[in-house]
Amino acid sequence: MKPDELRGLAQKEQEARKSYRFRINVCCSSGCMPFGALRVLTAFRDAVREFKVEEECYVARTGCIGTCSLAPAVLVEPGDYLYQNVTPERAREIVKEHIVNGRPVKSMLYGNEAFFKKQLRVVLRNTGKIDPLRIEDYIAVGGYYALLKALTRMTPQGVIEEVALSGLKGRGGAGFLTGLKWRYVARAPGSPKYVIANLDEGDPGVFANRTLAEADPHAILEGMAIAAYAVGSQKGYIYVRSEYPLAVQTLKKAIEAAKSMGFLGENIFETSFSFDVELRLGAGAFVAGEETAILASIEGRRAMPRPRPPYPAQSGLWGKPTLVNNVETLANVPVILLKGSEWFSSIGSKNCTGTKCFSLTGKVNNPGLIEVPMGITLREVVFEIGGGVPPGRRFKAVQVGGPSGGFLPEQLLDLPIDYESLTKAGAIMGSGGIVVLDDTSCMVDTAKFFTEFCVDESCGKCTPCRAGLHKLFKILDGFTRGEGSVEDLSKVEDLCEFIKEASLCGLGQTAPNPTLTTLRYFRDEYVAHVMDKRCPAGKCFRSGGGGGVE
Amino acid sequence: MSKPIELTIDGRKVVAEEGETILKAAKKNGIYVPTLCYLEGVSSFGGCRLCMVEIKGSPRLFASCITPVAEGMEVLTDSERLRRYRKWAVELLLAERPHVCSVCVANGSCELQQLATELGVDHLRVDREWTDYEVDLTHERFAYDPNRCILCTRCIRVCDEVEGVHTLDLMLRGKNSKVVFDLDENWGFSQSCTSCGKCSAACPVGALYVKGKPLSEVKKKDLVSFIMERRSGK
Ligand SMILES: Cc1cc2nc3c(=O)[nH]c(=O)nc-3n(C[C@H](O)[C@H](O)[C@H](O)COP(=O)(O)O)c2cc1C
Ligand code: SF4
Ligand code: SF4
Ligand code: FES
Repeated sequence: MKPDELRGLAQKEQEARKSYRFRINVCCSSGCMPFGALRVLTAFRDAVREFKVEEECYVARTGCIGTCSLAPAVLVEPGDYLYQNVTPERAREIVKEHIVNGRPVKSMLYGNEAFFKKQLRVVLRNTGKIDPLRIEDYIAVGGYYALLKALTRMTPQGVIEEVALSGLKGRGGAGFLTGLKWRYVARAPGSPKYVIANLDEGDPGVFANRTLAEADPHAILEGMAIAAYAVGSQKGYIYVRSEYPLAVQTLKKAIEAAKSMGFLGENIFETSFSFDVELRLGAGAFVAGEETAILASIEGRRAMPRPRPPYPAQSGLWGKPTLVNNVETLANVPVILLKGSEWFSSIGSKNCTGTKCFSLTGKVNNPGLIEVPMGITLREVVFEIGGGVPPGRRFKAVQVGGPSGGFLPEQLLDLPIDYESLTKAGAIMGSGGIVVLDDTSCMVDTAKFFTEFCVDESCGKCTPCRAGLHKLFKILDGFTRGEGSVEDLSKVEDLCEFIKEASLCGLGQTAPNPTLTTLRYFRDEYVAHVMDKRCPAGKCFRSGGGGGVE
Repeated sequence: MSKPIELTIDGRKVVAEEGETILKAAKKNGIYVPTLCYLEGVSSFGGCRLCMVEIKGSPRLFASCITPVAEGMEVLTDSERLRRYRKWAVELLLAERPHVCSVCVANGSCELQQLATELGVDHLRVDREWTDYEVDLTHERFAYDPNRCILCTRCIRVCDEVEGVHTLDLMLRGKNSKVVFDLDENWGFSQSCTSCGKCSAACPVGALYVKGKPLSEVKKKDLVSFIMERRSGK
């Protein structure tokens, strides 16, 4: 494709979009599909025909809108009217009232303004508003312009500088500065170089990366191509778990479309830059998302991490310099190039710029996928966006960072969400899970639950994680059944410290967080268990043990 | 020629070659670092964590058997923290599966046993597991008792990298990891095993052993480094 062709195509698409007065976006992501989203889509198309408004109303099959608990969700533009729990019958009514008679159906509208008010959509800029299977939709909203700009008007160093200036940090968990990582890979001796987009997302209850891939796959591809140009790579892999069939399908089609349009392949935009992307499917182990485990897996070996250094930037796939970035990190890149690093760094807080996607789950009134500016407080997320805990219940704790994230109590709710503050408090950013617990949860039982997850997911390579976590689980399990004494609490802390510091990879290094933070902030519950043989939440000491997090 | 790297280990200035591991540099200079999964002559694994050292300027710990030296690096191989953690590692390995020294061929020449003595492990702070894996006695000369395996993968690496066969590998993950022959075949029926015995010579404990022979007799010579030395023609 030539540069002018892209502009022409975008203009044509925008005009086509404008020729419709209404656009009905029907979410057909993994969250809404099981609730009959495809039938709703058909119903809308039928109704539009029935009422003869095809000329003015476009029905689009889109990705996730964010309110997954109210599936199927439908967004009507202009005005961003969000309908919840839409059925085929209701679809007909919406067309009749909203489109034909111009009266939005109030009774079906999503009533929660707050859910969207505090959000800021940068990464999820297009999700729910474009058809992920139509590359033209992506082009209409400015897609592949950033790649064009990079290839024709910027040097690779210039791209790296811009990303570095934006302050963007890796969204895969560790929060490493993206620009710096790119610089390392660009400067590393050796060729070929590789780019890997990490879409393993093995944390239970976390679905932000999946949503992104299902709703806006080209944002990932464009980010990858720009990254490849910056570091000097011609070959990229998307490492995606095979448990994400819809994401895999969507990405496959997106790659094909991008290739046929010439955004991937040889001599992109008639420059000397060539870049090709392939999918690699993981087999679903949590640890397979760790970057050195991905390398092993793509090379066809057991997905076991290895010690770093050497870092993938120095010695990655087949010993060659390799850039590993999370897909959310990559999806930020096109926006940064188009709107500038200054714009990006004005979002969020000083040391932590931009936004972060979170999967908000647990005991909140409005669970779903959210994107918020960095630096927002946990209180705003839980109580304003999330709408607080269900009626009649009391907030108890919030877990940030997935299965190995720490639990933070009420008194820390005003903590701003950024890498430093979370780590200091014993939690982690992780890949973006927020789980809210109310007073029905027992913290000892909860720590046990997440420890067990990590025991199951440990790859078994290193002693602290493999053998240590299992012992930790056994001790916690004993606590929930009336065993143990106060002395055991300091033994647990000692063991946790060992696991945290001596483990080989991030799994073991963070797995003690749930135990350590619950011991730190909810010690009285442990004491009640081991001293009084009593569970304040009434979960433990029952036959069959505790229930964990529902 | 690779260029020489200067670093300090435990306060001593030493010179190492580029690309060399901290462990190698320490050994060459007579500085002892406890190891378990490390085996001279094959690639490093970095799993047991016994060889951890501190490096000034980093809060992290590093497995010396796999971490390359760097110019000006200040390494500490011994500290109160390191001793505490090494003790935990040995205790956890001893508790992870039933290690009953009195009925083990490795008694007296077991590397895990030696480390336990050396690090002052005189009791276990955690409960023991009594795994109940079946002992594989199907091979005519060798036996395999998974209950004694500490998952160091020395056998796997020797079989793959020295014998060049790769009969052995790991199955399952986490605490359920198990060293298996071929695709979980009994040893005696393995199609690929050449019965060379290198794996049993590499095993630091009594998990892979020559039937009826105490390990002390098998281990007269450090077989693997002997082979590698001969091969490199030194
Ligand atoms: C146990 C474990 C699981 C991980 N899973 C993921 C994952 O699913 N997705 C991801 O992007 N990063 C994951 N990471 C982090 C990666 O190792 C790596 O830091 C990240 O992909 C780098 O990309 P970024 O700089 O863009 O964040 C995981 C790390 C660990 C230790
Ligand atoms: S910390 Fe756990 S997951 Fe990571 S290498 Fe060690 S055993 Fe494997
Ligand atoms: S059988 Fe022996 S050498 Fe092999 S992994 Fe187990 S302990 Fe290590
Ligand atoms: S000897 Fe280095 S980790 Fe085992």
